[in-house]
Amino acid sequence: MLAFLLTLMLLLGIVIVLAYAERKVAAFMQDRLGPTEAGPYGSLQSVLDVLKLLQKEDIVPAAADKKLFKLAPILIFAAVFAGFAVIPFTPELIPTGIGIGVFYLLAIISLDVVGLLMAGWGSNNKYAMLGAMRSVAQIVSYEIPAGLAILSVVMICQSLDFQEISYQQGILLNRFPGLEFEKNWLFGIEALGINTTNIGGITTWNIFRAPLLLVAFLIYFIASLAESNRAPFDIPEAESELVAGFHVEYSGFRFAVLFLAEYSMMVLVSLVAVILFLGSWNTPLPNLTTLKFADWTTGTVGALSGILWGGFWLLSKTFVLLFLQLQIRWTYPRLRVDQLMHLCWKVLTPIALGIVLLAGIWRLLMV
Amino acid sequence: MERTSVKHKAGFWEVVKSLLSGLLLTWRHFRNADKRRAPVPVMDENYFKQPEGLVTLTYPYEAIPVPENGRYRLHNEIDDCIVCDLCAKICPVNCITIESVKATEEIGMTSDGTKKRLYAPVFDIDMAKCCYCGLCTTVCPTDCLTMTPVYDFSEVDIKNMIYHFTDLTPEQAEEKKQLLAKQQEEMAAAKAAALAARKQQ
Repeated sequence: MLAFLLTLMLLLGIVIVLAYAERKVAAFMQDRLGPTEAGPYGSLQSVLDVLKLLQKEDIVPAAADKKLFKLAPILIFAAVFAGFAVIPFTPELIPTGIGIGVFYLLAIISLDVVGLLMAGWGSNNKYAMLGAMRSVAQIVSYEIPAGLAILSVVMICQSLDFQEISYQQGILLNRFPGLEFEKNWLFGIEALGINTTNIGGITTWNIFRAPLLLVAFLIYFIASLAESNRAPFDIPEAESELVAGFHVEYSGFRFAVLFLAEYSMMVLVSLVAVILFLGSWNTPLPNLTTLKFADWTTGTVGALSGILWGGFWLLSKTFVLLFLQLQIRWTYPRLRVDQLMHLCWKVLTPIALGIVLLAGIWRLLMV
Repeated sequence: MERTSVKHKAGFWEVVKSLLSGLLLTWRHFRNADKRRAPVPVMDENYFKQPEGLVTLTYPYEAIPVPENGRYRLHNEIDDCIVCDLCAKICPVNCITIESVKATEEIGMTSDGTKKRLYAPVFDIDMAKCCYCGLCTTVCPTDCLTMTPVYDFSEVDIKNMIYHFTDLTPEQAEEKKQLLAKQQEEMAAAKAAALAARKQQ
């Protein structure tokens, strides 16, 4: 219960910052000022937006399927939020450490689709219906390349546990029960003879341990943009053509929940990308002979320093990815539906399948 | 006309390059976000030479200065006005309303030395009707009617767009009218007396 509350608070905090950052970053990239009035540099803008939304009337359209309409936002948010349960925030801190975390995450996030369809169908609105259909088609399609990219990581790491995958990518490798005698080699290849177990840092990140995972990371990142309905894959929302897609009929608290779910999804996919590919909560600085950067920026596991360093690295890497998501949104134009499906089925999925095959071969080189 | 086809570069690496150049463009704008466009007037030679930085002007706090010869809100310096009615006559939209009352004696001088002989119980300019042509300021003989650089004067009630420039209260105006009527009565009486005296001769 405590983990639930803490994660919720952390998530709300991140989402508030993210909503503000989105507006400011968008403004700066378009040579505008963004919010300036509420608080210093407009920093209270998103807090006030939330307060405003909570005060608004909760309108349920007369023609809507009221049960589905009312339940949908809660289901969507619950599905996304449940994903956070298996995210390790520091070496010691994980809301629920289960051995099949990756599998659980993929499964629970798929529930999101059901909620979207409920919202779109329940609204009894053509725009909402179109948005929901596009959204479902897109998310279901892009789960395949994303899933295959994640599968290649799982094959390299031989684990479905997020925490074990995290430990493998840093100098704390031997601290994880069951991995006491494991060793990290440069590029994961023992034949090269360079032991990176105690060097740590970026050299033990998954994209460095098995460089072909860099491609997997790109595929996952592109697919995750589509899964969280972000530009350039935002055809389900498409402000300029569908008004707002599946949540066009929502107002007040329910809209706030949908908004929260959307931003939580962005945070979640970035967190997963960081954990699977970019070294999780491990420091990016390697140990260089006498300069023990990795030791200095890891802290003591179990102590406060370990928690702070772990949280700091995880969140700062996540925010870099989130910034990239924002920048991509304000750089690239929206894809057409056919282009979207072409990219998914004819480009990303075949490459991802190839990566899975190569990851298997790479793993053979690693042992 | 001969058509020449535009060669589009294609292929994987060209696409990657163009995607990256797009990201670079937004990144460059993001990095320049600490710079602001200076609120210089259009007369300034740097007005068109500020390609970088945020362009937003936080209007009530900062504003681009207007040109000196710009035509904005009218102002009448009533102390200098000789109530000649020329402005009201030339106005193409009839937005100036003037009523005049002759003074019984000379009532002073304007700052350029013209004698004032008329009171203005009403000198109203309806800025909601004004078309900002500036003709009234051109014909004004004492240069008391001018255009100021004030352009932000919107009102909730359109009646507040009528600007009253008279320096007389209604009571004072009434008093002046009575004084004039009295003087004219006296003059008429004097004339009649003179006429009667001439007839008797």
